[in-house]
Amino acid sequence: MHQPVDAEPPPEPEPPPRPGRPEPLLEVRGLQKLYPLTRGVVLRRRTGAVRAVDTVSFGLGRGETLGVVGESGCGKSTVAKLLVHLERPTAGTVRYRGEDITRLSGRALKAVRRNIQMVFQDPYTSLNPRMTVGDIIGEPFEIHPGAAPRGDRRRRVRELLDVVGLNPEYINRYPHQFSGGQRQRIGIARALALNPEVIVADEPVSALDVSVQAQVINLMERLRDEFGLAYVFIAHDLSVVRHISDRVAVMYLGRFVETGTDEEIYEHPTHPYTQALLSAVPVPDPGARERRERILLAGDVPSPADPPSGCRFRTRCWKAEAVCAEKVPELAVPVAFRGRDRPVAHPSACHFAETLPLDRPAPRHVRQAPATGPSGPGGPGPDGG
Amino acid sequence: MPATGTRDGERPAPERDGPSGARLLDVRDLHVEFRTRDGTVSAVNGVSYHVDAGETLAVLGESGSGKSVTAQAVMGILDSPPGRITGGEIRFRGRDLLRASREERRRIRGARMAMIFQDALSSLNPVLTVGDQLGEMFQVHRGASRRAAKAKAVELMDRVRIPAAKQRVNDYPHQFSGGMRQRIMIAMALALEPDLIIADEPTTALDVTVQAQVMDLLADLRQEYAMGLVLITHDLGVVADVADRIAVMYAGRIMETAPVDQLYRRPAHPYTRGLLDSVPRLDRKGRGLRAVRGLPPDLRRVPPGCEFHPRCPRAREVCVRRRPPLYEVTGEDGTPLPGRASACHFWKDELADAPAR
Repeated sequence: MHQPVDAEPPPEPEPPPRPGRPEPLLEVRGLQKLYPLTRGVVLRRRTGAVRAVDTVSFGLGRGETLGVVGESGCGKSTVAKLLVHLERPTAGTVRYRGEDITRLSGRALKAVRRNIQMVFQDPYTSLNPRMTVGDIIGEPFEIHPGAAPRGDRRRRVRELLDVVGLNPEYINRYPHQFSGGQRQRIGIARALALNPEVIVADEPVSALDVSVQAQVINLMERLRDEFGLAYVFIAHDLSVVRHISDRVAVMYLGRFVETGTDEEIYEHPTHPYTQALLSAVPVPDPGARERRERILLAGDVPSPADPPSGCRFRTRCWKAEAVCAEKVPELAVPVAFRGRDRPVAHPSACHFAETLPLDRPAPRHVRQAPATGPSGPGGPGPDGG
Repeated sequence: MPATGTRDGERPAPERDGPSGARLLDVRDLHVEFRTRDGTVSAVNGVSYHVDAGETLAVLGESGSGKSVTAQAVMGILDSPPGRITGGEIRFRGRDLLRASREERRRIRGARMAMIFQDALSSLNPVLTVGDQLGEMFQVHRGASRRAAKAKAVELMDRVRIPAAKQRVNDYPHQFSGGMRQRIMIAMALALEPDLIIADEPTTALDVTVQAQVMDLLADLRQEYAMGLVLITHDLGVVADVADRIAVMYAGRIMETAPVDQLYRRPAHPYTRGLLDSVPRLDRKGRGLRAVRGLPPDLRRVPPGCEFHPRCPRAREVCVRRRPPLYEVTGEDGTPLPGRASACHFWKDELADAPAR
């Protein structure tokens, strides 16, 4: 499941090449983050935990882009924080070039952090308003003095400004003198300063206007090709993620529910949540209005403090049956597709995974998921099971 | 042409009239300014649009395009000062709201038109139950008793498909999820069965799956009540799904208006084209997005001539000198394309260059 972008089946059809792949840059295994819920002030008691991220695993190769999509509260930002070590995981490992960074501290951690940088969502609050652009982009050099000799730093900052498409003369300006799109370029320049290998970008374009969004996406693509960067690109916008990603992971309530290449996920989704999510995205083409089959999910995402047993999606799923409440579906190629070819045979955490004719389907009625409370799973849908 | 005829252009007799023989909402040549310490910001510079009963007009624009300010002027909730309407007309069923008495305006704006905002949590009162807030509409405008108002509130919550409305009517806004809160906002807007609803980015704060639910609900209700709907958004996808007609705004002006399918298939303005080309599409994975270069203008210093010319790939000398009026758009044979207009000197070239979409 770690092939680079490639519609063709892998040249050497090995059985699921989980461990021992040719040197992935990042290797994440069983990552888990729980935030304890406590009661009382003097006598603090633990009353439970928000399961923000629960056993997430993936690999990231050099120059590869992994897109992580999901709705708000699904834990995608927590994954980002765990990757750059802004949070410590409750369990699991994040290996960078074979070394588990979750247990590192001090000098060793600092060294690793040089190579894994982050771009934040909000270009308005992630830049210090009292610092000039030159100081903001140059700050990484203060923390890692080895990265550039003192006398050379201004020149490096100008170079970085140029690389992200800003006028190097702006070096003494303050963030408020820039527009949102320009500020995001500053954030990207800062992330690039130390020549990282991996950039974790958490919703980097969602605060930007449509016409500016495309500029920043194009910039990120250009930088990836120029510097061989690997991205973990986290976003809620499925179209943006498809555009930039080689591989995509769909996240729901702290878990990856489906992973694959962009073609596998977008053309041949087999998990009901992915299918619903894709069908809900408005397509800028009025002609598609009638042709599209929409799956309308009932209800909202349950609270991660009290996730449903078994499959976490079952409370909103039209296929849910008794087994879904009992057994957690594993993220693996579903039994039904084993031995089948690549586009459909990709990991999907569903007991009833099946393909759906999403693309240009024959006109069918809108399928409405049965309204179910958080406790009772709905019966099988029109073609469930 | 009827879409946004300039004031002095001849207007064909409106076809889909309201009962009184006038359009439901007809905004004509509206100008709004903000006086700030840093100078005068012209937020709206001569916007004209109209909506008929049972119709959805989408007003599409990026931040700073003036789409929300126009709506606020229509609803009479413009912050003034610093905002000031400096010209134009806002006709509701033929009556110019800007020249109506305060009392008349209040009656129309409360009961006949309503607005839905983006952020439901900050638009609802956190210390009142949703039942009280919904019921208040009936107590104030219809003189209903407390008990009757509450019953009405439950009915409304049912209508916007909030499950277990009876049990939840005494809950507070924070006890509802984002999608449910937006439904309560919609219920509140619907309370007095208005003729017109203005929805300002109603689903922007919501997740995709919830957004689909809410847009579906809005479309159903619009049909059921035969309301006019003005949908303000920046999302080209949402617009394609629900709108009948589209007005594209940029720097406080309307750049183009067209029926929805024509706008997407054959835009007649380079800005519209730029927007369409710059969104990544789920159903197509092409290499490289064609971004619109540059940045939206500072509204204190709107460029001379065409507002879009500094970013326009088609810009020529005339675009700097002369501001294009809203031209009526015609087909190759000169027959007018109903409802289409473009504020570009070179709309003909743009239309001719339209690739097969």
